[in-house]
Amino acid sequence: MSKAKFRVWRGDAGEGELVDYTVEVNEGEVVLDVLHRLQATQTPDLAVRWNCKAGKCGSCSMEINGRPRLACMTRMSTLDQSEPIAVTPLRTFPVIRDLVCDVSYNYVKARQIPSFTPDPSVKPGEFRMQQEDVQRSQEFRRCIECYLCQNVCHVIRDHEENKEAFSGPRFLMRVAELEMHPADTADRRLAAQEDYGLGYCNITKCCTEVCPEHIKITDNALIPMKERVATRKYDPLVWLGSKIGRRPADTPKVPNT
Amino acid sequence: MTQTPLEPPRLERAEIGARTLRTDNWRRQPMINGAILLVFVVYATWAILVNENYFVEPYISPFYSPCLVTTCAEGAGWQFVPWVAWLTPSILIIGVPMGFRMTCYYYRKAYYRSIWQSPTACGVKEPHKKYTGETRFPLIIQNVHRYFFWVATLFNIILTWDAIIAFRDHEGNWGHMGLGTLVLLINAVLLWAYSLSCHACRHTFGGRLKHFSKAPVRYWMWTQITRLNAKHMEIAWVSLVWVGLTDLYIRLVASGTITDIRFF
Amino acid sequence: MSDIQRHSYDVVVIGAGGAGLRAAIEARQQGKRTAIISKSLFGKAHTVMAEGGAAASMGNANPNDNWQVHFRDTIRGGKFMNNPRMAELHAVEAPDRVYELEAWGALFDRTKDGKISQRNFGGHEYPRLAHVGDRTGLEMIRTLQQRVVQLQQADAEEHGDPEAMIKVFAETTITELLKDGEKIAGAFGYIRETGAFVLFETPAVVLATGGIGKSFKVTSNSWEYTGDGHALALRAGGTLLNMEFVQFHPTGMVWPPSVKGILVTESVRGDGGVLRNSEGKRFMFDYVPDVFRKQYAETEEEADGWYADPENNRRPPELLPRDEVARSINSEVKAGRGSPAGGVFLDISTRMPAEEIIRRLPSMHHQFKELADVDITKEPMEVGPTCHYVMGGVEVDADTGAALVPGLFAAGEVAGGMHGSNRLGGNSLSDLLVFGRRAGLGAVEYLDSLGDARPAVADADLESAQAEALAPFERETGENPYALHQELQQTMNDLVGIIRKASEMEQALEALAKLKERVASVTAEGGRAYNPGWHLALDLRNMLIVSECIAKAALEREESRGGHTRDDYPEMSAEWRKVNLVLGMNDKGAVTLRRQDLDTMRGDLVTLFEDDELKKYLTDEEQSAVQRIRETEKGE
Repeated sequence: MSKAKFRVWRGDAGEGELVDYTVEVNEGEVVLDVLHRLQATQTPDLAVRWNCKAGKCGSCSMEINGRPRLACMTRMSTLDQSEPIAVTPLRTFPVIRDLVCDVSYNYVKARQIPSFTPDPSVKPGEFRMQQEDVQRSQEFRRCIECYLCQNVCHVIRDHEENKEAFSGPRFLMRVAELEMHPADTADRRLAAQEDYGLGYCNITKCCTEVCPEHIKITDNALIPMKERVATRKYDPLVWLGSKIGRRPADTPKVPNT
Repeated sequence: MTQTPLEPPRLERAEIGARTLRTDNWRRQPMINGAILLVFVVYATWAILVNENYFVEPYISPFYSPCLVTTCAEGAGWQFVPWVAWLTPSILIIGVPMGFRMTCYYYRKAYYRSIWQSPTACGVKEPHKKYTGETRFPLIIQNVHRYFFWVATLFNIILTWDAIIAFRDHEGNWGHMGLGTLVLLINAVLLWAYSLSCHACRHTFGGRLKHFSKAPVRYWMWTQITRLNAKHMEIAWVSLVWVGLTDLYIRLVASGTITDIRFF
Repeated sequence: MSDIQRHSYDVVVIGAGGAGLRAAIEARQQGKRTAIISKSLFGKAHTVMAEGGAAASMGNANPNDNWQVHFRDTIRGGKFMNNPRMAELHAVEAPDRVYELEAWGALFDRTKDGKISQRNFGGHEYPRLAHVGDRTGLEMIRTLQQRVVQLQQADAEEHGDPEAMIKVFAETTITELLKDGEKIAGAFGYIRETGAFVLFETPAVVLATGGIGKSFKVTSNSWEYTGDGHALALRAGGTLLNMEFVQFHPTGMVWPPSVKGILVTESVRGDGGVLRNSEGKRFMFDYVPDVFRKQYAETEEEADGWYADPENNRRPPELLPRDEVARSINSEVKAGRGSPAGGVFLDISTRMPAEEIIRRLPSMHHQFKELADVDITKEPMEVGPTCHYVMGGVEVDADTGAALVPGLFAAGEVAGGMHGSNRLGGNSLSDLLVFGRRAGLGAVEYLDSLGDARPAVADADLESAQAEALAPFERETGENPYALHQELQQTMNDLVGIIRKASEMEQALEALAKLKERVASVTAEGGRAYNPGWHLALDLRNMLIVSECIAKAALEREESRGGHTRDDYPEMSAEWRKVNLVLGMNDKGAVTLRRQDLDTMRGDLVTLFEDDELKKYLTDEEQSAVQRIRETEKGE
């Protein structure tokens, strides 16, 4: 058992400050344990969003010493306890109170992407897919929607004005997931560029760096999507082909979302 | 019917003044990357413009190969494009490897972070007021990476040929090998590794498919490229440094500063 | 009352896990305006924690599998105390529900011929669990979440508003159900973000709130599992069934202390992991009970042979139903043969190559690496029992999920009956889908039967619900909810845990009575917006009443069966098998208990079992009845 110094952001409506606490820490504990101890012993109304405490639900996203992390997966032993540990809410989203943010941006963006669109003639139970065909999308479906990638992405983290045009790594990855889904028939490439803002991504890989599920978002989803978009939109040969032959049938962004 | 009860919170981001609260040395990596890039660019610019000491039988500097102009050093390249003597022949071709690397998905990360500071490191506020990424000119040009890939592949063949003919001695007889041969050989291997591990290559040879199961050969290729691709960053740096060193070695031999070590 | 947001819906589903979402999807697909109330954010429900898979007898891995075999396994696992109709519906409908997920975009692992791959699990005769690595629950919740989004997209196109027909109220907690006479009329609660109160006027409420694990100290359950649905049903006049049956999952993490209880999936054992004590012995061979003797291997060679050749070998005893394994681990630890942190060793590292482990059990590898700094490809895990699931729950009609209160429905873990005294792994995810859909349909039918006569919420009820919710702020003095919660958890863990005896449970009931008084005076500090102290103060009420139900029923049932083990009554009793314990609440808020007969199994179902097996469970009288059925069948 030891003591650690914590600096926790307390406040709401954007206004607040880092408040210092000294708190007990036991062997094997994670940051969330310490925040819970703060609630139980010093400040019962400290707002923290959490659920499973096992790194599976993606609720306890926050910034620990400036790094976007899941509090339940950040062991105290990995932090330098000689210095105060700064715990702040996600910076990209508006704060509700203390460490809890309003992440509704993400739910809005999720709704704009056309859902899985199977061939209507295939009935439930009739799908036949090979393991090698599903495994790419399966990697993306490991996503626990903690939104740390959304939070760290400088496109919206540093530029609030880009939120309208940019869906963020999580949802560009969702597009990639559907584009690589072996039973999907829609074509979201054009929308990826024009409506979800794939072009804003400058592949600086912070999303991959913070992903607690270790999904290779940039290499396996975003770059492959950029290549697909290049084929659809920036490839003169394909363009020429589409002038002569069949025009690609683009699936547009979902209306009224 | 819906009435507002308690004051709905004014939704604003948390006001945290500091650019970042990171306590680790986040400046280190971009500074190292930036320094290497800078040193390379300065050296390469000089080496390209200096227009001498790029060829010594049987070695040619990768910055000057293929040498296609009439003013190339005697015995180097193909020499059919009419040219003026004062202008470096490298100008004609250097755009290809340069363009390939400039538009490379890895180098983009490296220089966006270390040079353009967009962002310098994850979770560190970038200094720019506005950001449009690769949505408009000039950065929208990054989308042509795949064409550079194909032309660079052509260059790889030529540079491999350069390594092969380095097994001839200065009189054109086969059966020679010097340290220069080895340097060129490694250079060719690294360039192939860099091209093959490229994201555009990965896409072209398999990534673009929806059903791997219907194209087992391309799936196999994709799997192999994917393994290489995981090392793209490392290969990018090593091959970059090696190209510079290759030029330097040939330059030193050509200028007579050192003598090539001959194995047989 | 100006302080309350009012919404009006056809169906209100409380809970946004697998069952809740499936119910809401069904209600919306049937054209009803539906609200989903989620205690946490949309897509974070406890269902994401499910690892192993969804049991459905699709027969992809073994063509001999069919719903009858699945039914038999389920009943066997539940020690013949399941509601037979529910077990039947579940076994019959599970494959269709899984296929449906696939049509909504789920990507299960595949067999060589491109079908959904199925894996072995404890208590299932054939490989039966549709799965995605060891994150099947996540796949399911995401698929259902995306299906809701898909329906909203259709509504956006048709009505111009994605939330016109189905809306998710995230981070909203229901504290009270309101009635008009006997019928459900609405649901009252608060929105976490603001602390504002909200009233949903609705004739049909589907409870899908999950379990009660947060009443126990060592649990695999998440923050939300405070027995809200159980308590809401009780207070609304509904009844709970067999609350004594609480499943302790045999393998939870035991170290480090802060993660104690977090689940280690059964797939570790299904894929070849073995349990060893501190002496290195595979002790499970010593604990095969007589009822299972025939199906389980007696030697390590035979057990090891089963993974590759299940036709000619019997299954390893590590794959006994969960209650058996949990008790065995408990005994080993008590006998002093436990691991340093008080569990036993679960080893996969010596059983298969590292890459194979990482491929098959990625999240386990990740979990141990990140939380315990243990590389499961190199060393064994330390595991011990953890409170995982409650088999007991709201008494419902099997076909419609209807509770005794008109307009109230329940599905998933909050509903009782389906799993008898012990749930098989993999039967939960399929349960959520099968009965989630049925509860949704049940609510729709009920609505249609109501016509235009909608029950109305009385202002007085609304006022008292509001006063109740605000009470913790009103009290000047009182206790800290966190301390009380810890005391409750300790009491339940120590006195009503995995092994029970009368004296301890009497002690527990006394302790709970005292806690009840203290909880009645619990206080909350601070404001109403996102105040976890206040939320816990309100949840404590629910945890307490549910704990009382568990203790009371556990004291009453004088036998050991499935998730209920009595030190003082170690045997299973055929007489007790016929008895359901039904818990209710009287006007004074006290828990009542009565006995009720368990439904008898239909003739064609009971004859799926051999006489040898039946005689272990049934009374002589019941056995002769089965004989008569067999003879009539033969006669025809």
